[in-house]
Amino acid sequence: MSSLLAFLLLQQDQPFLKRFEPTLVHFLMLSFLLFVVGVAGVLSRRNIIIIFMSIELILNAVNLNLVAFSRYFQINQEVLRAKGLFIDSLMGPVFTIFIIVVAAAEAAVGLGIVIAMFRNRETVAIDEIDMLKW
Amino acid sequence: MLKLVWLIPVFPLVGFLINFLLGKKLKLSEKAISTVACGTILVSLLLTIGAFYDYAANYAPAHDNKPYVTSIDPDTGEKAGFPHSFTWLPGGQAHNSQGKAAGALSNFDIEWSYQIDQLSLVMMFIVTFVGFWIHVFATGYMHGDKGYYRFFAYLNLFMFMMLLLVMGSNFLIMFIGWEGVGLCSYLLIGYYFDRQEAGDASKKAFIVNRIGDFGFALAIMGVFAAFGTLQFSELAELSANYDVEKLWTFGLMSWIALGLFIGATGKSAQIPLYIWLPDAMAGPTPVSALIHAATMVTAGVFMVTRTNFIFQRSVTMMMIVALVGCLTAFVAATIGITQTDIKKVLAYSTVSQLGYMFLGCGVGAFVAGIFHVFTHAFFKALLFLGSGSVIHGLHHEQEMPRMGGLAKYMPTTYKTMMVGWLAICGIIPFAGFWSKDEILWKTFSTEVFGGGKILWAIGFITAGMTAFYMTRLMWMTFKGEERFRKAHHDSHDSHGDDHHTVEPHESPPSMTLPLVVLAAGSAVVGLIGMSPAITGGVNINWFEHWLDPVIVKVGEASGHATAEHHIEPIEYVLILLSLAVAVGGIYLGRLFYEKRTELADIWAAKLRPLYTLSFNKWYWDWLLDVKGVEAGKAANNALWKVDAVVVDGGVNGSAWLTRIGAAISGWWDKWVIDLAVNATGWIVRAGSVIFRAFQTGAWQNYALLFTFGLFIIVFLYERTVIYSTIKSLWGMIRGSGN
Repeated sequence: MSSLLAFLLLQQDQPFLKRFEPTLVHFLMLSFLLFVVGVAGVLSRRNIIIIFMSIELILNAVNLNLVAFSRYFQINQEVLRAKGLFIDSLMGPVFTIFIIVVAAAEAAVGLGIVIAMFRNRETVAIDEIDMLKW
Repeated sequence: MLKLVWLIPVFPLVGFLINFLLGKKLKLSEKAISTVACGTILVSLLLTIGAFYDYAANYAPAHDNKPYVTSIDPDTGEKAGFPHSFTWLPGGQAHNSQGKAAGALSNFDIEWSYQIDQLSLVMMFIVTFVGFWIHVFATGYMHGDKGYYRFFAYLNLFMFMMLLLVMGSNFLIMFIGWEGVGLCSYLLIGYYFDRQEAGDASKKAFIVNRIGDFGFALAIMGVFAAFGTLQFSELAELSANYDVEKLWTFGLMSWIALGLFIGATGKSAQIPLYIWLPDAMAGPTPVSALIHAATMVTAGVFMVTRTNFIFQRSVTMMMIVALVGCLTAFVAATIGITQTDIKKVLAYSTVSQLGYMFLGCGVGAFVAGIFHVFTHAFFKALLFLGSGSVIHGLHHEQEMPRMGGLAKYMPTTYKTMMVGWLAICGIIPFAGFWSKDEILWKTFSTEVFGGGKILWAIGFITAGMTAFYMTRLMWMTFKGEERFRKAHHDSHDSHGDDHHTVEPHESPPSMTLPLVVLAAGSAVVGLIGMSPAITGGVNINWFEHWLDPVIVKVGEASGHATAEHHIEPIEYVLILLSLAVAVGGIYLGRLFYEKRTELADIWAAKLRPLYTLSFNKWYWDWLLDVKGVEAGKAANNALWKVDAVVVDGGVNGSAWLTRIGAAISGWWDKWVIDLAVNATGWIVRAGSVIFRAFQTGAWQNYALLFTFGLFIIVFLYERTVIYSTIKSLWGMIRGSGN
């Protein structure tokens, strides 16, 4: 939330013409859309593989968000420092890499579960797999 | 030969195994079966004679007349191993290896060995010799019987057990033989198991014998507790440490002797346990001859003589033995007078003669008792076999009123039985005279306890009665009117078709030969025990001399013959009296049953109470069988009532109470406890209706809810930021629109 506040503070100082560049807002919008598409996919699709892909979308939306902010803070380092904000711009990419690793592991484990499930139930439709309530 | 004695019991056992196990399977012919059965006994007989000679000629003089126990090698004097002897029950070893405190039991070590001495040799000779001839007789008697192999198997088993009994060197081996002959007796009495009376008689014999064996077993335990050993040769020495218990005192020795004597009364059919022997006549006649006349029933006398070192230490028990023997002799003789079944008469005669033997033992004349066993084995086996021959010749007719005049049809049987008759009546010089006279004289002159003369008087009267009923038997069977045709004709219908001929016939040689041999024996065997009074002071009583070492000398009380026999004049009187009473009995018998046959009925009518008493066997059977058994049944019924009412009532009542309690408890459980539990469940169930709707199990629903929740939370916490963002975005759009 603090990063969003900084963004809003900066917005008021920018000259109008520069706004046509791909700005942070564009990245955030893209990230937001990817996230929403991912969430919609997770919530609405039956095929568990598609759900996995949607989860990947969500994760990548987050990645994009992180990288975008990171780049943004790096560019506006002096301005932020003058305003008393000290943010390490390398934090974003590092976290991104962590998330990619975790996503890979999660995909491996999840697909293993899916294969095991398919062997037992001969289906990958998520609404037919409702054993968790027991 | 002495070293081969262990083989003597083995041969009959082998014969038993062959006949019993293979007889039916291989369908052995009668010839094969009888060859095996008689052959094994013959080998035993020859071995016995060999051992007899070897012992008398070599062993006894070299070993001071001590018994030869097979566990000690006679040549080297060292321990002899298998097969002469082996450790049978090493109870002490087991006891000690358990780490128990050493007590009497640590010496419990039973050896399987045989004791060969003068007494057991005599008994072995009787058993094998008489047994062999009875086996030969049985080959003819049992001819054509469907259980031929079974019969001879049992006979051989009996021989094995009887030899164990007489040869055993300790009480336990004797006890095996004792029980074994009881078993064989049971099997052979019940040989015709399809007949009701045979089955009943075998059971009766077995049960009555159990009573006696109970006493015997207790006495064996008592002997071990008192002496710590069961070996006869050791006991004979150890018993010397005990004093002779005077008359009317009843100490340890008396109790042991009492137990032993109870065993003897069972096995040897003495009062009060004699009732089984007459019933035992339901068995085949060779069985009656072998088991119930010659050998098994004398086991009691043998046992009393074998343990004379105990009996002689209790004057009270000696008197009881003598009294019981004397009474039995008298009572059985009175019953024998009125019986009509030829075998029953002989059975009571056997009981009576056994009574004589015990009388002899009781007055301290053990040798005379064994001598009577010896002679009795010959003449009573002869009489039984003769009656068997008669029964065989008349196609299984046993009632004397349906006989008569058989002498000319069965001459050999008649002549041989006449010898037996003279022997049992006590006519000089036949066998019975010597032994019976010896017993009567020893009774008269006994110094063990007072009152010998009264016992002598009873025995004397009994001798007269013996002569009477035996004469009655002989005359009713062999002389007089030929009643068998009519009698047989009357009952022809009930007998079936297998009795076409009513003509009696002489038996085959296989049956008459044993009769001749035993008749010869009955005539002469008495001569080995001639009283010095007859031989003019020259002691050639070989039998007494032979058995002398077996009998323990106790103080001066034993009226026991030594080498120099002192002859008193009264002895001649007694001999003459014995002869007179025997002749008198015979005369009376002939008068009643030959010359004036109506006299029997007249006197029976005159002495009606006595006659009924005798005919009904003194009501002793009735008392024991009917009253005793009835009382037992009544007592058992009463006990059953107690059981049914009190015990079962208690049990059922407690069960009923338990059921009531269980019903209440069940009701409580069902309607209170379960209801509470179920109600809890129902409440929870009802309360969870709403929440259950969320639990679809489809996780996408959960994820959807989660997302909504996230949106709501984000909205609630960050609504100012969101408003401002929307506002600025809106401003940006407005601005750009302008």
